[in-house]
Amino acid sequence: MRSRRIAVVGAGMAGARLAAQLHAHAGPTETTLYGAEPQGPYNRTLLADVLAGRHRADALALPTGDARVRTGAEVVAVDIRGRALTLADGSRETYDELVLATGAEPVLPPLGGPVGPSAGVHTLRSLADCARLARDADTAARAVVIGGGVLGIATARALAARGLTVRIVHRGPHLAERHLDRLAGTALRTALDRLGVTVHTGERAPVLEGGERVTGVALADGRRTAADLVVLACGARPRTGLARAAGLAVRHGVMVDDTLACAPHTYAIGDCAEHRGVPQGLATTAWDQADVLAARLSRTGPGARYTGSPALARLTAGPVEYAAFGSCDDAAEEGADVLRIGDATRGAYKKLVLRGDRIVGAILVGDLATAGGLARAFLTGRPVGPDPLSLLVPPSSARLPEESRP
Amino acid sequence: MTDTHCPYCSLQCGMRLRPAEGVPEVTGRDEFPVNRGALCGKGQTSAALLAPGARLTAPLVRDGDGLREASWEEALDRVAAAMTATAGAHGPDAVGVFGGGGLTNEKAYLLGKFARVALRTRSIDYNGRFCMSSAAAASRAAFGLDRGLPFPLADVARTGCVILVGANPAETMPPAVRYLRELRENGGTLVVVDPRRTRTAELADLHLQPVPGTDLALALGLLHLAVAEGHVDEAFVAARTTGWARARAAAMAHWPERVEALTGVSVPQLRRALDLFTRTPDGMVLTARGPEQQSKGTATVGAWIDLCLATGRAGRPLSGYGCLTGQGNGQGGREHGQKSDQLPGYRSLEDPEARANVAAVWGVDPGTLPRSGPSAYELLDSLGRPGGVRTLLVMGSNPVVSAPDASRVARRLGALDHLAVCDVVLSETALLADVVLPVTQWAEETGTLTSLEGRVLLRRAAVAPPPGVRGDLAVLHGLARRLGHATGFPDAPEEVFAELRRATAGAPADYSGISYDRITAEDGVFWPCPAPDHPGTPRLFLDRFAHPDGRARFAAPSHRPAAEEPDGAYPLHLTTGRTVTHYQSGAQTRRVAELAAAAPGPYVELHPALAAGLGVGEGDLLTVTSRRGAVTAPARVTPAIRSDTVFMPFHWPGEGRANLLTNPALDPVSRMPEFKVCAVRVEKAVLPRVRVPDAPVAVTA
Repeated sequence: MRSRRIAVVGAGMAGARLAAQLHAHAGPTETTLYGAEPQGPYNRTLLADVLAGRHRADALALPTGDARVRTGAEVVAVDIRGRALTLADGSRETYDELVLATGAEPVLPPLGGPVGPSAGVHTLRSLADCARLARDADTAARAVVIGGGVLGIATARALAARGLTVRIVHRGPHLAERHLDRLAGTALRTALDRLGVTVHTGERAPVLEGGERVTGVALADGRRTAADLVVLACGARPRTGLARAAGLAVRHGVMVDDTLACAPHTYAIGDCAEHRGVPQGLATTAWDQADVLAARLSRTGPGARYTGSPALARLTAGPVEYAAFGSCDDAAEEGADVLRIGDATRGAYKKLVLRGDRIVGAILVGDLATAGGLARAFLTGRPVGPDPLSLLVPPSSARLPEESRP
Repeated sequence: MTDTHCPYCSLQCGMRLRPAEGVPEVTGRDEFPVNRGALCGKGQTSAALLAPGARLTAPLVRDGDGLREASWEEALDRVAAAMTATAGAHGPDAVGVFGGGGLTNEKAYLLGKFARVALRTRSIDYNGRFCMSSAAAASRAAFGLDRGLPFPLADVARTGCVILVGANPAETMPPAVRYLRELRENGGTLVVVDPRRTRTAELADLHLQPVPGTDLALALGLLHLAVAEGHVDEAFVAARTTGWARARAAAMAHWPERVEALTGVSVPQLRRALDLFTRTPDGMVLTARGPEQQSKGTATVGAWIDLCLATGRAGRPLSGYGCLTGQGNGQGGREHGQKSDQLPGYRSLEDPEARANVAAVWGVDPGTLPRSGPSAYELLDSLGRPGGVRTLLVMGSNPVVSAPDASRVARRLGALDHLAVCDVVLSETALLADVVLPVTQWAEETGTLTSLEGRVLLRRAAVAPPPGVRGDLAVLHGLARRLGHATGFPDAPEEVFAELRRATAGAPADYSGISYDRITAEDGVFWPCPAPDHPGTPRLFLDRFAHPDGRARFAAPSHRPAAEEPDGAYPLHLTTGRTVTHYQSGAQTRRVAELAAAAPGPYVELHPALAAGLGVGEGDLLTVTSRRGAVTAPARVTPAIRSDTVFMPFHWPGEGRANLLTNPALDPVSRMPEFKVCAVRVEKAVLPRVRVPDAPVAVTA
């Protein structure tokens, strides 16, 4: 049997996982990844760690199995019917199956004032972004991070670790409100405070100030905070231009069904895809989708279907850490049993939301000792048993002093 | 008084047997440097099997449905006739041989030669395939050579940190635990990775309790942290390894938060483990059956070796990767040709030069040597099938209890035209045989074994075997003669060893410089030992690894699920293992009164939370069901096990056999079955209603 040529547009985390899994399944496939970036696929979730000096920029590469990886090869058009794609240099390539894994791009809210990295206004989505930001940070003293979600917090911590004075200016009522409840947001704020990172919440319309370079950020109450650089961490949106131009159905993301197909011989996975109305932004979800698609395309699991991924959010930014599983905001507590432990002295906050003996959601901030057990209990959906508190407080034998921290 | 070694595990503790009333008295031998006088309960009671009545004393042959005593002539004639008839009708590969990791080097060697020269069959493998084959495959891939420990066990006490992965020496080889205690007394630390808080885990500075089948992800999570936190030994990696870029990429794909969700081990614990492993200059990773007996066992061991290589903890004193081999001669048993793809000296059956070398020693044309045959489970699964084995000789193994999916294996054994079993006792496998040959056991015979350290040891006969019992070598001698090989199969151990030395000269496991006299004088000799004046090799790889370029190779594996993960119908993991009281299939230890009394039968270990959900308490009968079978055994409720996992020891036969449940999914490289993880359902047992006898019952109106 002739092997099928699989073209993957986008050499990011989803594409890398798909390629590695296709190789592992050893089906009759021949995979090519087309990436616009100069590097092959790398672990994008570690960019803040590169900024913090923890990982080396050239050490993030991900496995791609036996795929051909074409770097610096941006795909500018796809011809779904003709099963061909066009690269930026004008060349055309044909394929048998097309996988869109184009990822997401940073949301750039209209903040007025200076724009772009040369003006000191950065995003952090790629190694190139990271290099520019790191260069700027070398000569900067004060930074403002717009956005207090996972990326904003991790970036703020990384900049603080580089010695900058950092402020987070966040639109929501508390930090990471998509994952955390108010008390968890407060615990996180306390942890950041200890690192010298100041947090401003409820800032719906900060305005960037400056000319060629950013000089500061004006806040709603008229206060100004000086800044030598600004990082925009206001979320990401699916990168769908190519799909839209090709005539594929796009709402927030490229719409896919449970087979991850969006058209005959055409699939979308990862941050660019929208499954059952839900766009997503987690690497683990992208990998779940890649695993299903690899099983299908390799024909080792022709019946494999993607039915969604559990909500499992994790942040590790030095000593600022949290885990949030399932529904755990304040609204989710309605009619549920809630176990809650607050420990302001040690900066810990823990919450378990139960319906009957099933976990609906959980939060750990500051003390992640039970994160593994909680993750497994949440993922398997088994009853919690007679001692649910053990999911928040480890048995004394398992408690460990953390003598060294990264 | 005779100095010898224990009949059981790969530690091969030094023993002294003193003649006494009845059976000899056993004491630990203080001078032997490995156990320094200590013995476990199994070793202390090992002489019980020398008592008349405990062991077989006459050959048995099957007539109709029953086994009856027979003469050796009749028994051997029957086996040889069956072998000849099967080979004539179905070809030589239809005659099979199934060996054991408890056989001496001499027996393992002669059994392999018997298969290749007398039977000319490719159908030979052994129960060591179920033991450490994944570690062996991973070690050969990484280092170019497999020797359980590349250093003496005593080095363990002097390193900085030991990570024990899926190993429970406190129960499986108790005298070895002193090295772990000494390690900690010397300021070193111990990390134990096990889904259960075992007696060994109780000794640890840190116990990581992963979901069964996720040790690979755990290792790569630690490797990721080693990269992130600057613990990669760049100089070592550059000078002594190849493939680092791929391994680093594998680590990048296993970031700690992902590993946490896969393994259930929290990121702070991962950080703590890596900190303990890297805070001192020396460290070791030792694996046992936990990570090895998986359908990805080779890749899993490879991941742990990658951690050692990346951090420079290999190829130098007091650092490295090692496997705690299980069976008494698990090491030597895999080196001398009873493995389906191997010739003596750890030579490959597919290597033309190795074939020529060994064929010359054997005095045969290399072209007549068969090629590689099926692995243990595949061989057993072929029994009685078209193209499969129809006459089987089993030597020193009890697959009815020890093989995965045991009811299927028992059915396959039942489908044979002829089954011959050499054993000391009437094992569950022997009960199915057409001919049972009663053979000598440890204290009744002389021969060499190679311990988990690669130390070649000499066991010496201390008592005369009962009349009617012969050695395995004599069995092979007798069968070979009947098959037309009057010479070439000596039954004197030292004569066989002399030939083994010649056959291994120049091979990876080179025994050519080792003699019985040297072993006696030096309390064992470490292979390779290529010349009589060579000191032996206690520590391997100090200058170079055994690949032609001298470099170790990274494995760069990736996590994948177990062959069978829990689902709605089978929601729990089953993992199997051992208890302190019994050895392997229990064929020996279940016949020792003290041991049988201490651990009379199987049980199901489960967490209180799971027990509460099932509404069962300590001692209640549970039925554990997998896709392959169901087992009923009493509950043992303990918080020492994960609440998503149940554990069963596998030492017992019959309806409580844990291996009725296990999954024979095989590792693609080592062909190791997945004993350590399958999916099961657990329920309170529904016992058959006891019928009230139809006796008159007094009824009061």
